[in-house]
Amino acid sequence: MLQCVSYVLLGLSLLFISQAEASDSAASLQASLALLKQSSMTARKQAITQLGEGHQPRSLVILHALLVGQLFILKSTDTMVLAEAQAEQAFTVYAAESNKDLGKFLAAELSKINLTNALRSQVRQLIAELEINAEQPATRLAAVKKCAESVDDHLLSIIKARLPIETDAQVKQAIQQVLLLQDMTQGAKSERIAAMKVLKNQDSLAVVNQLKTFVEKDSEGQFLETDADIRHVAEAALTTITQRMHWYAGIETVFFGLSLGAVLVLSAIGLAITFGVMGVINMAHGELMMLGAYTTYVLQQLLPNHVGLSLLLAIPAAFLLSAVVGMLIERGIIRFLYGRPLETLLATFGVSLLLQQLVRTLFSPLNKSVATPQWLSGSWQVNDFLSLTWNRFYIFVFCLVVFVALMQLLKRTRLGLEVRAVAQNRTMAKAMGIPTAQVDALTFGLGSGIAGVAGVALSQITNVGPNLGQAYIVDSFMVVVFGGVGNLLGTLVAGFSLGIANKFLEPFAGAVLAKILLLIFIILFIQKHPRGLFPQKGRAADS
Amino acid sequence: MKHFLFAHHDNFSRTLVIALATLTIGIPLLTLLTPAESVFHCSAYTLSLLGKYLTFALVSLSLDLVWGYCGILALGHGAFFALGGYVMGMYLMRQIGSRGVYGNPELPDFMVFLNWQELPWYWLGVNHFGVMLLLVGLVPGLLALVFGGLAFRSRVTGVYLSIITQALTYALLLAFFRNEMGFGGNNGLTDFKEILGFNCQSEAVRLGLFFLSGLALLGSYLLCHAVVQSKLGRVVMAIRDQEARVRFLGYRVELYKLWIFVFAAILAGIAGALYVPQVGIINPSEFSPLNSLEIVIWVAIGGRGTLYGAIIGAMLVNYGKTVLTGLLPEAWLYILGSLFVLVTLLLPQGLVGWLRSYTKERSV
Repeated sequence: MLQCVSYVLLGLSLLFISQAEASDSAASLQASLALLKQSSMTARKQAITQLGEGHQPRSLVILHALLVGQLFILKSTDTMVLAEAQAEQAFTVYAAESNKDLGKFLAAELSKINLTNALRSQVRQLIAELEINAEQPATRLAAVKKCAESVDDHLLSIIKARLPIETDAQVKQAIQQVLLLQDMTQGAKSERIAAMKVLKNQDSLAVVNQLKTFVEKDSEGQFLETDADIRHVAEAALTTITQRMHWYAGIETVFFGLSLGAVLVLSAIGLAITFGVMGVINMAHGELMMLGAYTTYVLQQLLPNHVGLSLLLAIPAAFLLSAVVGMLIERGIIRFLYGRPLETLLATFGVSLLLQQLVRTLFSPLNKSVATPQWLSGSWQVNDFLSLTWNRFYIFVFCLVVFVALMQLLKRTRLGLEVRAVAQNRTMAKAMGIPTAQVDALTFGLGSGIAGVAGVALSQITNVGPNLGQAYIVDSFMVVVFGGVGNLLGTLVAGFSLGIANKFLEPFAGAVLAKILLLIFIILFIQKHPRGLFPQKGRAADS
Repeated sequence: MKHFLFAHHDNFSRTLVIALATLTIGIPLLTLLTPAESVFHCSAYTLSLLGKYLTFALVSLSLDLVWGYCGILALGHGAFFALGGYVMGMYLMRQIGSRGVYGNPELPDFMVFLNWQELPWYWLGVNHFGVMLLLVGLVPGLLALVFGGLAFRSRVTGVYLSIITQALTYALLLAFFRNEMGFGGNNGLTDFKEILGFNCQSEAVRLGLFFLSGLALLGSYLLCHAVVQSKLGRVVMAIRDQEARVRFLGYRVELYKLWIFVFAAILAGIAGALYVPQVGIINPSEFSPLNSLEIVIWVAIGGRGTLYGAIIGAMLVNYGKTVLTGLLPEAWLYILGSLFVLVTLLLPQGLVGWLRSYTKERSV
């Protein structure tokens, strides 16, 4: 009981203290703002120093605004405000203390807080200091990285002071790097060489740029760096880093190749089912992908404020839409043409023209822009030399998920079993009581639905327009044929290898020539291996 | 010779030959003999349009030879047409001489624009009419020889062959879009001035080109007809129906296929060469897979494996296209798409096949 009371008391007292602190800091913020309002520069200097002492999150915002000239006095109420310039002399005004939106004002109603050059550099130093000691590690890291570009004694002393109390490993490393860079340029000879030996193992652009200045010559052919030992060590360090940079470039190319391959696999995998398993050439496959992409667009129009949610919803929606359209094509046209592949090709090509024109009529022939959700944009900055974009990474993962799901469906479900049975021997399957017509429709629907899902993925990396399907149809056929018809794993391998080969060729040959070379390669490859990389074995191969 | 070209024509065929001959001679004659106000006088626009249809009919005819008679559904036949057209375009480009915008007597404008110093080797000689004529057949023929030689020897058949022919024309499309190729890139070759010293825009040249297109079509038709009636044609048809059996009988199937493929490619090249001066431009879009597919639909609608069906199909579809794209530009692709679907489902033998069965029923 007693314990309980004491806890409550403790809690209450803590509450009071924190409230008192809060009101205290608010008061100090107000006081420094009032000081800043005075026109004397001494008062402003004092105000700026005070702002720095408080360490409140607002002071950083105010200091930034002060530096770029966005801090004003609102004449009517005589209060400090932040103002962003809009069109035609109008400003959007926010209260400096609370960031409350105060509405729009004209330039004449505001008076800007000006700074002298001395004050400006004071503000700059203060911002750096506040940022280096900020709460969020990301802010600290960015501030330290900025230091690396232009460091002075004051900043150096700040980060040196920060080092022992720094808890975040990344920030700590960044600080050490700045200090080492400092040693490398300013220190004694032994210090410089020691610093280089450590720094050559770090992936930093600042290090490379600094090392390069050590081995450069001036216009008269004299080395800028007079000490030959330093030059040798610097050269060795540069070689090490350059080797690593090549390595990273290789990783990046493989990554780009994998993501391109993922796109190819996604667009080809539905085709691998309709063409590979059923033997139906569906020239409208690309247009089914286009339908998927447009589904994403429509859902985003319906849910304009939920970009991420609409994208996730688009996946099942696109699957359903494309699957239904696909089944309609199968029931309406293709089933009359089984065993006549060339006629199927022509009829489905007609369907593709119809779907394209339908989209042009419904949505206009212009490309539509599909928004990318926050978590898909941006990139993962591994280090200064390697950054991987998220959308391509997710497409790679998505492709694998779709592939595995499809494999499981074909291997473990009743439908999958029936699909495989019909593909292997239609008459025998029929004799065993499998409703082949129904299985045909469902298989075609499955392949078409996957095309729709691929369209959702494509909407994130390419333009959504009536020609989206045509751009991918030749490529997808190439992937299926290259991998071996009727072999899903072959499609996967073919897609990724073509993607990687394309990206490795691009730097030497250019994007278009790389594509031409690959097309020629596949044409020649088919001559040698008419049944692709992984030909089907057994009885099914004869048909 | 008479026997060779004019033997074994049925009623349809005879009617077509007579109609083509009348058209080829009649229209230029009427235009020359009547004054400009007369209804029988064809304007330059109409002449070019009709001439264009004739070249389309020729390329359609050549595709019927490979598809209808040999069973090879080539989805890249437009590539041979475009290559013939590019050879003619190169010849016409060189005839511009120093009348181009930059006034360079040797280099076409686009090369000057790209800062090229001299003609690439593959442009040498095309300024001679005779060399150009030779190349019009040689370039498509050679491509068909190499491509077909590889494909038929390795026994690539059916849809695989269709898909790699499409890949071929797609690769060429991408290649010709590149400025570095030296064929004018995206813009292609255009702004032609004269042909054999005559102004390209003059009525005489248009009449002459129309007459030549008609003559080429008529001649090719008779030649193709003779080919399919010959023993070679019989073997080719046998290959279409039972490839393995023909091979077991001891025929070199791949050589027969190659022969017919190359022959058709040369005809397509000639069609392209006649097409370019009449429309005044050749650009990479002629290589687009869609163009090749349109040729396929002409043949399918007319009725494949009949030769005259291909000609009738090309004429009808293109006439429909001209009329409809003028009246309802939106509707053309709907109609083309529906044609693909309906013809394959309802008229597998095309219009000619339907007419034939209709007349047969009546005679029975």
